Amino acid sequence: MDILIAALIFAVLGAVIGALLAVASKAFEVPVDEKAEKITAVLPGANCGGCGYSGCAALAEAISKGKAPCGSCTVGGDEVAEAVAEIMGVKAEKTVRMRAQVMCSGTLDKAKHKYIYEGIENCIAAMQLGGGSKVCPNGCLGLGACAQKCPFGAIEIVDGVAKVDYHKCKGCGVCVATCPKHIIKLVPFDSRVYVGCMSVDKGAVTRSYCESGCISCRICEKNCPTGAITVKDFVASIDYDKCINCGKCAEKCPRKVIHFAKPEVSNGVKAVADSKDRE
Amino acid sequence: MKEILILMFSAIFIENFIFSKFYGCCPFMGVSEKPSNALGMGMAVTFVMTVSSAVTQLLYTKVLLPLGLDYLKIIAFILVIAGLVQFIEMFLKKFVPSLYNALGIFLPLITTNCAVLGAALVNIQEGYTFAESVAFGFSAAVGFTMAIVIFAGVRARLRFAEPPKPFRGMPIALITAGLIAMAFMGFSGMSIG
Repeated sequence: MDILIAALIFAVLGAVIGALLAVASKAFEVPVDEKAEKITAVLPGANCGGCGYSGCAALAEAISKGKAPCGSCTVGGDEVAEAVAEIMGVKAEKTVRMRAQVMCSGTLDKAKHKYIYEGIENCIAAMQLGGGSKVCPNGCLGLGACAQKCPFGAIEIVDGVAKVDYHKCKGCGVCVATCPKHIIKLVPFDSRVYVGCMSVDKGAVTRSYCESGCISCRICEKNCPTGAITVKDFVASIDYDKCINCGKCAEKCPRKVIHFAKPEVSNGVKAVADSKDRE
Repeated sequence: MKEILILMFSAIFIENFIFSKFYGCCPFMGVSEKPSNALGMGMAVTFVMTVSSAVTQLLYTKVLLPLGLDYLKIIAFILVIAGLVQFIEMFLKKFVPSLYNALGIFLPLITTNCAVLGAALVNIQEGYTFAESVAFGFSAAVGFTMAIVIFAGVRARLRFAEPPKPFRGMPIALITAGLIAMAFMGFSGMSIG
């Protein structure tokens, strides 16, 4: 008899709670935006924050309300932009896939150091001590603040300079925001040429502390057929809208600061070559 | 009133849920990566534990005890707490969206949390009255929040420390938790009242 009462009491308790929840789920129902949910499903889901929103769900909500364009997800590229556009019922605009590029070639054997740093393994901490151990004020400290923050594990430190694995990089831009030296830039994924220096010191000064620093000799500027490369503030920079990936600047650069990946060369820049094959 | 204050002080410091009773160690280790997350978790636990202490105490004294069903209290409490958390979640989503956004992801995590169930069972075991139960549930959760926030702060620093390789990550976190627990043992020598 006892067991029946116990069973009955629990059945009633369960039924009451069940009914209460059922009523509550109807009474407290919050209309969910179906579009936002569908968009969340097609987004990559890495929550990297590259779009400027706090996560994929937040971006989805913004897109569904028309506050953000369909191609806002830098990581997803064309594929995701098309899927999102389809849900929103509009035509997708073309997105340019980007990748991160560390604009420094001052490896351990090439760049001079002011002192030996033995503190916390983080660039932001090292910056507190006279701007880091490298003499160059715009040199990669090689302590991996970017590598720690990268949501895709695409950055590693090689010879004291951060190196981006283009296979893994999705161009979210988290490293660009993290780097205390501001020497990581987003460049178009298909570009094969970059200036591996951001030192704004005069040529002679740059020459004194780094073997692979830009000395603003302007040879690249003179040799560029499309006028894409300009020297400003004692450092060359490339306008990727004009650059045709001919590689003349890299060929002529006397300091070998401008790096050019030939399509057939596959030393770590294979993805860039691959990207040409895809077209 | 004095008894309740003593009860609350002892629940927060002397019989801290994490450091002396080892309840709720799962969220303690799992949600203590960032101080902000730890605070969110602590607030969610405080909220649920206070309400569930009140509800389970009433359920036990008004329903289970008169019917002689006190041997089924664990099942009854799990059922009620789970239902309650679901209800609170829906309620917050509708009426207090800002609080829901802050606590939302933590609420389902504590549905069957042992600290919440533990507080309900301790209330029964110690024979606390309704007011005492609510005070105990609330202050035990405040103790939990304090513990998890302190620990998250220590872990934030640990990330930049360089312990020997086998100790990196979880091992050094566990050792740290043990050291904090030992520090909290200092409170057990206090005599209050």
